[in-house]
Amino acid sequence: MTGITDTLLASTLASVDSAEAMVVESAAALGLDEDARMDLGLAIREAMVNAVAHGNEYSPDKQVRLILETRTDAVRVTIIDQGEGFDLNKVPDPTQGENLMRESGRGLLLMQAFVDEFSVKRSATGGAEVVLVKYASDTGR
Amino acid sequence: MSARLTTRQVGDVTVIDAVGRITLGEGSALLRDTVKNLVAAGNKKLLLNLGEVSYIDSSGVGELVYSYTTVTSQQGQFKLLNLTKRVEDLLQITKLYTVFEVHDDETRAVRSFS
Repeated sequence: MTGITDTLLASTLASVDSAEAMVVESAAALGLDEDARMDLGLAIREAMVNAVAHGNEYSPDKQVRLILETRTDAVRVTIIDQGEGFDLNKVPDPTQGENLMRESGRGLLLMQAFVDEFSVKRSATGGAEVVLVKYASDTGR
Repeated sequence: MSARLTTRQVGDVTVIDAVGRITLGEGSALLRDTVKNLVAAGNKKLLLNLGEVSYIDSSGVGELVYSYTTVTSQQGQFKLLNLTKRVEDLLQITKLYTVFEVHDDETRAVRSFS
């Protein structure tokens, strides 16, 4: 089934779980296999944690916008927070040197590893806007 | 399904059997508390069995790093047992696969502790 849903979520960990469940359910309806669904679910989870925790800092006054676009060949998810945004080029590489043994900082790495397309920019309202695309087959890779 | 951890003693090695998902919140906090309490009680040879762990996120990976550094800073040893393909992939992507000593046979893993 194709279509677009546009949802506003509270800046809570419960929203992370519900966003993951919502996207994985759509991916299943599109026919993505279990591995692909888990890959996408993990990427959504990481993007939502970034938005809720780092972007909105769990503020009850801020929300996360999740746009879920289900196409015939892919699931495209846009996650927008109301934080300050960030520059991807200034994020430390968690696989290098002293960063390797840090307890955090791997979310962006995992997002990029588990979807077919990934981009991040500053949204029109100033927060981070992350786009994640997972194709229904390997043709998009 | 959230995480469930149980511990058992095999000789002087403490095996932690994990089941479910180790993700931000309940699962990662449970692993942190379990390792912290074991080390505080003097257990310094820990083997984490991840054979029934279906899913780990970056927070869970961070807890594996915390566990490793906490145990080794007390002159202990922290090793991993029975990685699923998904968890192995995560450790490869994060380049942590070379940091952890990983086993796929419990008896040999227990014997490997010095």
